[in-house]
Amino acid sequence: MSEKFDVIVVGAGPAGTSCAYTCAKNGLKVLQIERGEYPGSKNVMGGVLYRKQMEDIIPEFWKEAPLERPVIEQRFWMMDKESAVSFGYKGLEWGKEPYNNFTVLRAPFDQWFAKKGVEQGVLLINETVVLECLTENGKVVGVRTDRPDGEIYADVVVLADGVNSLLAKQLGYHKEFRPDEVALTVMEVINLSKDKINDRFNLEDNQGCTIEIFGDSTKGNLGTAFIYTNKDSVNIGVGTTLSSMIKAKLKPYDLLDYLKTHPMVRPLIEGGESAEYLAHLIPEGGYHSVPKVAGNGVLLAGDAAQLVNAIHREGSNMAMASGTLAAETIIAAKERGDYSETSLNQYREKLYQSFIIKDLEKYKDAAHTFEHYPQYFKEYVPMLNRAANKFFTVDGTPKKDKQKEIMKSFTSERGTIRVLQDMYRAWKAVK
Amino acid sequence: MHIVVCVKQVPDTKIIKINPKTNTLDRRSAPAILNPYDAHAVQEAVKITKTLGKGTISVLSMGPPQAVAVIKKSIEIGADRGFLISDRAFAGADTLATSYALSKALERISKDMPVDLILCGKHAIDGDTGQVGPGIARRLDIPPVTNVIEVAEVNESEKTIVIKRKITNGYELIQAQIPCLLTVEKEINSIEYSPMPNMIKAARYEPVIWSVNDLEEVDRTQLGLKGSPTIVGKMFTPPKPEGGKRLEGNADEQIQQLMELLNDKKELFAGK
Repeated sequence: MSEKFDVIVVGAGPAGTSCAYTCAKNGLKVLQIERGEYPGSKNVMGGVLYRKQMEDIIPEFWKEAPLERPVIEQRFWMMDKESAVSFGYKGLEWGKEPYNNFTVLRAPFDQWFAKKGVEQGVLLINETVVLECLTENGKVVGVRTDRPDGEIYADVVVLADGVNSLLAKQLGYHKEFRPDEVALTVMEVINLSKDKINDRFNLEDNQGCTIEIFGDSTKGNLGTAFIYTNKDSVNIGVGTTLSSMIKAKLKPYDLLDYLKTHPMVRPLIEGGESAEYLAHLIPEGGYHSVPKVAGNGVLLAGDAAQLVNAIHREGSNMAMASGTLAAETIIAAKERGDYSETSLNQYREKLYQSFIIKDLEKYKDAAHTFEHYPQYFKEYVPMLNRAANKFFTVDGTPKKDKQKEIMKSFTSERGTIRVLQDMYRAWKAVK
Repeated sequence: MHIVVCVKQVPDTKIIKINPKTNTLDRRSAPAILNPYDAHAVQEAVKITKTLGKGTISVLSMGPPQAVAVIKKSIEIGADRGFLISDRAFAGADTLATSYALSKALERISKDMPVDLILCGKHAIDGDTGQVGPGIARRLDIPPVTNVIEVAEVNESEKTIVIKRKITNGYELIQAQIPCLLTVEKEINSIEYSPMPNMIKAARYEPVIWSVNDLEEVDRTQLGLKGSPTIVGKMFTPPKPEGGKRLEGNADEQIQQLMELLNDKKELFAGK
């Protein structure tokens, strides 16, 4: 009979490591299994790490974690073919403790975070694939890996194996995704010298900037593009829901090429050397897609539980917070000596009381609305650009007349009633 | 049977990049791995003890503290225990100083448990010298057998071992006394997918780490940079070969083209 652990955590991303770390810190015997060569080798995200949820786990992590730059400016572009209406916020206070968020490269960051778990006593095993959960009388009692003598037992198994959690599917918790529940994001890491980044993005050393781009960045489809500055590289990526890609017959790499050669974007990355190319599915179904998260002897955390706020591109923070909540639940369950579904359902309650589900609930209809009514990305972004162009072009027309013209152009293009309807619908979706 | 396998942590030269300006390794691009030949040496030790039904496998490495990783990797393959000698005094060692330091560590290991067999990889993929294994054997006064492709028989009671080793035009089958030192080729075995209990053992394992003070009767002038007469004169990236002709088409067409080319250049074979 092989060894038995208190907890087996499947996956060494932010969710899995948060859970493993907290469990081990509280004296539990934890085995963490990662399929990649090392934690982070298979992980992809745009590259923004939120300070708050990380700090809840490791206080003052910024003093030792491999971070790229603290983000001091967030820009948003409503982009058309040859123009963009932009707004943003730059605050130097974000460049000082306690910071707001950071750009990171996942491979070094995840390795560092997992190492912190190992220091707490987590047994981390890489290059090992978990094939299935072992069940006895309807209770998950361990996992079977792809290695010889590969069965390992535990009181609780935490599935933090990512968006396409095969283990959750096997247990019947996940359905196959509908194409509108997931986004396909492709991104590139482009090496660019520190000086060029500082010049082009108006930054100093150790200051970072994020740009989120809507509109023509996805050829008007539901989705966003992003540019994040690292120390001496830039992450550039674009993602749309699978359903939009299918409908518009888009190829993800074509879309990324389109973005990189877009006249508004090209000067920022000109002369850079492509270092990495990554693609990843992002669960964007939100509130309605959250599966069953607790069962007999099993919990789901992070992307595996579809915990991503697509509107605010928040995922890693939800992953970390959910991993910690899963750990707290397991620690309490151990005290009770009860790992049944009823006992572990405390996790579900914790999730629903936290910002995670509250935020997902706030935007529960947003993606659906924007997907169903393509005019927001397809028509309003170009209209906004034309309006800004008209308003700011100095041609001798009185400003008041310009305003009238702009209002008229809005209503004449879509009709007054429809514009009002669209406004109301959008407000309702995000209120 | 007590087998000691000497292992080295090396940069993965398959994916390494050389900075063309400074001619030095771009360390960011090269993850550190267990020297592949050494992995086969560990695997062979596992095979030998399995065949005999008993035995202890120790691994020994010299390097900075992070070289613990290659000892853990060896435990995954099936080694029982590991030793790392790690000290600033060892830093900058060439093959002469390295084999001296390792032989001192081997003497220390054999004091607690006499060593019957020492296995090494043929060479390390970063230096490609193949000198450390024979250097250790010379210092311990045991026979070195290089380029081993098969361990055919181990006779514990007779203290003999039968080995197949690769030579230029084939192989030779030889018998040697035990203890001896073997350096192995990759074709000696294939690395097995490590079983889960080994993975757990390795994750938990903390090797013995010795500093120079833990070794006995060490002549410090023979260690590290001081004990290394090798001087690196120059490092350069070999230029990419230019010119030549690439044959296209399927295998038959390519053979046809090659035959024609060779026929046109009869002068190449003038001597024969």
